[in-house]
Amino acid sequence: MMARLKSWEGLLLATLLVIFTFNAWATPEFLTVGNQINLFQLSIEKIIMALVMTFVIINAEIDLSIGSMMGLAACAFGWMFIQGVPPGLCIVICLAIGLLGGALNGWLITSIGLPSLVVTLGTLIGFRGLARVMVEDRGINDFPDWFDALGQQGLLGPVPFALIAFVVLFVVLYIVLERSSFGRLTYVIGSNKDVAEYAGINTGRHKMVIFMASGLIAAFAGLLFAARVGAVRGDVGNGFELDVITIVLLGGVSIFGGKGTLVGTLLAILIVLNLRNGMGLLDITGHLQTGVIGILLIASVIIPRIRLGRRAEAA
Amino acid sequence: MLQKIAPQTLRIIALLAVLVLITLFFTTQIEGFLSGRLFNRISSSVAIMALVATGQTLVILTRNIDLSVGSVVGFVAFAAGSMITNHPDLSPAVLLAYSAALGAGFGLINGLLVAYARVPSIIVTLATMALFRSTLVEFSDGKSITTDNLPAWLTDFPNMVVFALGQMEFRAGFCASVLVVIVAHLAMTKLRAARQLYAVGSNPEAADLAGIDAARVVLVAFVLSGVMAGLAGFMFLARFGNITVVAGMGFELKSVASAVVGGVNIFGGSGSVIGAFLGAILVDLLETGLVRWAVVSEFWREAVLGTLILAAVATDTIISRRLTKARAERAQKEALASRVAK
Repeated sequence: MMARLKSWEGLLLATLLVIFTFNAWATPEFLTVGNQINLFQLSIEKIIMALVMTFVIINAEIDLSIGSMMGLAACAFGWMFIQGVPPGLCIVICLAIGLLGGALNGWLITSIGLPSLVVTLGTLIGFRGLARVMVEDRGINDFPDWFDALGQQGLLGPVPFALIAFVVLFVVLYIVLERSSFGRLTYVIGSNKDVAEYAGINTGRHKMVIFMASGLIAAFAGLLFAARVGAVRGDVGNGFELDVITIVLLGGVSIFGGKGTLVGTLLAILIVLNLRNGMGLLDITGHLQTGVIGILLIASVIIPRIRLGRRAEAA
Repeated sequence: MLQKIAPQTLRIIALLAVLVLITLFFTTQIEGFLSGRLFNRISSSVAIMALVATGQTLVILTRNIDLSVGSVVGFVAFAAGSMITNHPDLSPAVLLAYSAALGAGFGLINGLLVAYARVPSIIVTLATMALFRSTLVEFSDGKSITTDNLPAWLTDFPNMVVFALGQMEFRAGFCASVLVVIVAHLAMTKLRAARQLYAVGSNPEAADLAGIDAARVVLVAFVLSGVMAGLAGFMFLARFGNITVVAGMGFELKSVASAVVGGVNIFGGSGSVIGAFLGAILVDLLETGLVRWAVVSEFWREAVLGTLILAAVATDTIISRRLTKARAERAQKEALASRVAK
């Protein structure tokens, strides 16, 4: 029990409790159901993508293209909608675009052998470019009512569709990562790819699946964004990759791969959301909030090292 | 024959060939593309990017990356602008030194965190990119810098013509930037201290065993990258005059793109400043060409840029893998032959 509390998750939980208590004490409207749902809803795309990014980073890779893929899917949806394609079909095609984009990343990384940092930096620019080609500098709105309603209104009581999707996805991915051989392989390949290969594991195929999942979920997030905001522009999802990666690393996932849990990511999500929401309620501007998150990111890497260093000295 | 030329030289020749091919292609497509105006436009914008790309190259050579350069350019442009607005009679040298020092300060923060706190550079600079930008927003207090408040010497500097070849004007900003690139290139190829960047990047353990203080080398690379971004911030202010809090956004990706297209290996250890400079020109030439090419909408330029980066890195990786393999085979054959001879 004590060991558990002293772990990174324990520290995150304690931090979360402090922020949560402070928010509840400082602003009376914080604890209302409306604000609690709003807190998730405002960043719902990022927190959904953070779940898959956890797999990507545990696998010792990175996907910088998710923000642009979000934009591409959202803009493709808007463009096809204007061309008169039925919305249901648009959604299917957009998700397929996500899979294809992820497959392109995966192919360049596994078959050509390029580093994921460079590949996804290239597709970050490329996907964003394609998104801009589709909508140019227009904004597209006037989506069907049911589509907007799905993004903006509660589906189960006050709980909107996107939040339900987040919870379902978390449960499914938790089971995959903790209880399935695919999850174990994600850790094994992430800690040492060469050893995994010598052990006869098809690391290329594994990475391919993860990158395709990352593209698919990013496209899904783009559609959620279009529904929530009720409009798309060329810059949908711009810069989201940074926030998503910050959340995942803050959750204790190692940038070198092989270490991390989805529970850690969930705690980091809650910390970041509560922090932003609390600062928002206290009228602290968005840019300053981003600065605070930036400091948190660096601290999240340095603090565990100091603790590890002490332990090493004690032993 | 090909084997006698050093791979880096070969790479620069290939880059020049690609530059010529792209220029020829757009010349056939766009009426009056190849003109003095084209040179003037590209040289003005490359003047800023070349500085950032040079700094980025030094950092990438040591197996790191600096994603905060865009925010540093923005901050320095704004800070230098407000400095000269408040003290109009400040001398140019002082303002330039102020810009470089600010940049060095930001680079020092990155470098200390990467080299001594040993946080991976992608995390540090991802965080400082956000942090420096939010510092700028706080610092600016919602105001912007406007050209009207800047002294004439500053805004005239980038457009001052040093000499002209026909319609091609070699402007002061571009000349200054090329001078920095040449000095940096000479230093990187001739100076013992600069070779340490390559040593640390190609094999940190070996460099350590050879008595190189790897942490200090990485720190210096980040400080220099900060200085370059600071100088680019100065140039940015001089060229555009009107500075808002979004100044320099996106420079981090473009500078990485320039370096990578210019043949700097993203895994560190190989690449040249001249290569990154040519990479910056290539990226700008393509952008300019695509904007004016009637066949595709100007919105294609980002999509093409992304493809270009991927193509450059893929070709580079495949070719260097082949070369390494061929060299290993040759060495094996020679070894066998010498054994037979004995």
